[in-house]
Amino acid sequence: MLTSKLKYIFTRLLECLVSLVFLSFIIFSLLYLAPGDPAKSLVGVKHATPELLAKIHAQYHLDDPFLSQYGRWVKNALSLDFGNSIKAGYPVVDYVAPHAAITFELVGLTLLLSVIIGVWLGVVSARNKGKILDKAIDLSSLAGTSMPGFALGLVLLYVFSYQLGIFPMYGIGDKSNPLDVLWHLTLPAITLTIGDAAMLIKITRSAMLKEVSGDYTVFMRARALPTSKIIRAQLKNASPPILTSTGLFLASLFGANVLVENVFSIPGLGQLLTSSVTFGDVPVVQFIALMLAVLICLTSALVDILVYLLNPNTHQLSQSTKI
Amino acid sequence: METLTNNFEKKKKLPPISIILSGVFLLIIITWVIFPSVFAPNALALDIKNTKLPAGSEGHLLGTDALGRDVAKMLIAGSSSAMIGPVCIAAGSLIIGLLLGSIAGWFGGFLDKIISAYADLTLSMPSLLLAIVAAAIIGGGYWINVLVMIVLYSPFDIRLVRSAVIQQKSKPYIESTRMFRLNSFRILAVHIFPNIAMVVMVNFFLNIAYGLMSMSSLSFLGLGVGPKEADWGRQIADGRELLTQNPAVALSAGIVIILTAVSINLIGSYLLERSGVDE
Repeated sequence: MLTSKLKYIFTRLLECLVSLVFLSFIIFSLLYLAPGDPAKSLVGVKHATPELLAKIHAQYHLDDPFLSQYGRWVKNALSLDFGNSIKAGYPVVDYVAPHAAITFELVGLTLLLSVIIGVWLGVVSARNKGKILDKAIDLSSLAGTSMPGFALGLVLLYVFSYQLGIFPMYGIGDKSNPLDVLWHLTLPAITLTIGDAAMLIKITRSAMLKEVSGDYTVFMRARALPTSKIIRAQLKNASPPILTSTGLFLASLFGANVLVENVFSIPGLGQLLTSSVTFGDVPVVQFIALMLAVLICLTSALVDILVYLLNPNTHQLSQSTKI
Repeated sequence: METLTNNFEKKKKLPPISIILSGVFLLIIITWVIFPSVFAPNALALDIKNTKLPAGSEGHLLGTDALGRDVAKMLIAGSSSAMIGPVCIAAGSLIIGLLLGSIAGWFGGFLDKIISAYADLTLSMPSLLLAIVAAAIIGGGYWINVLVMIVLYSPFDIRLVRSAVIQQKSKPYIESTRMFRLNSFRILAVHIFPNIAMVVMVNFFLNIAYGLMSMSSLSFLGLGVGPKEADWGRQIADGRELLTQNPAVALSAGIVIILTAVSINLIGSYLLERSGVDE
């Protein structure tokens, strides 16, 4: 029993590692996919003198074979050395860290809001299947999934910040005051939540519908157990798809986040990524891409492991029929 | 038996009001795309004297933008750039999906493994982030974005077609065509395709909505169409600066994008429900 658990965890983490190796290879190649001399991308086109280019070639070992360069890059990356940002001129990690902190706060807030709202409305919808309330939730979640975040964000910004003055307009406010930053991140988080929660509502609803019609629900009802207890039992059984998709949303959330940050002028990873992309700051783009890849791979692996540990029987049923 | 009568009753009923409204709205957008010059002649004409007029100004229902262009006309002229790309994305992704999906599903084995591995890997990555990075490296531009999107969208179509083909493959009617030694292409085209056409077409339709979201997102970030062209995503980016002078620039484009995407999704999921396929 224990060994099979360990085996599952090990294989899942190994899978994660394999895809990370593949992704890191692509991310490293970014420098070479861009047209022209990679040394020029590293110093920026403006300052490129032949001497400097030669120095950069030597410093970054650009004349070595491709694979040994990749090996060196990975080795440096493991000790968090991604070179200097072309734009800022100092180490990439120090440059990106403050932006990353803001984005993680925004994404965390969004995940929290969308899990609470998504699961709650999904349960309500499943318990009122076929009624007006269910149809209304269904229609609004469909609308939510199909609204592009930046368009929605702009409409919300206009209505709630400009017209009604409830939320601040742009930026993240006073950085030394965490509450002020949180307040500035609220409307962007709501914008992201509308799209995210909508998908969770759908998934929670269909997972709960299976449980509502289950035998144990009938028995619990027959024993006149309180509704809250029944819902808790149902939610526990419906949790695997909900958890899995929450993990998957994290990836799409980072994509949507890029746009929302640009709408609300939030100096997070998304804005940094777009400005670095247009500036041609390859080391920064590489670091952000690799960081997100690690984060997304690890989260999906951890969610899978968590789902497995919560309910290992579903995985074993196929192997042994006797339970 | 019960589902049969249910389906029968459903067919007699008129579609719900939300579907009819969505259909009407999409028809308007389609006429804009086909006849831009009828509804919005000289949409790109500059008028330096009348810049940033608020909505409701004389002769300009939605006001003018920073270059003095009529916002209502820009909205109509921007419809083709907003819709044609997404339709091409959906079509390209459909063609790749049909090709690779049916190869993977029909022949199985090693080919299936390679194609499925490609699809799984691409699906697990955030497509918008990839598109932004790809646009930066290759240099961006409208049609390059369309190509990148086709590559990123096709894995879903591949999986859809693959699983539909595998599902049909084991059915008796296909076994019998095999006994007649019909060639694979003929079996796929004549016998299997009609059975999966509905799912694939609905997905094509829904992909247009996702394509609209992706393409306008890229334009919004300045990675799509050129700076002076009419495009909804572009218009939001430009209008964001004018939110205090003429909010209609950004708001009208934002609302039109939202309504178009929601309409397509509503009709798509309605068709999916009607076709009797579970999601």
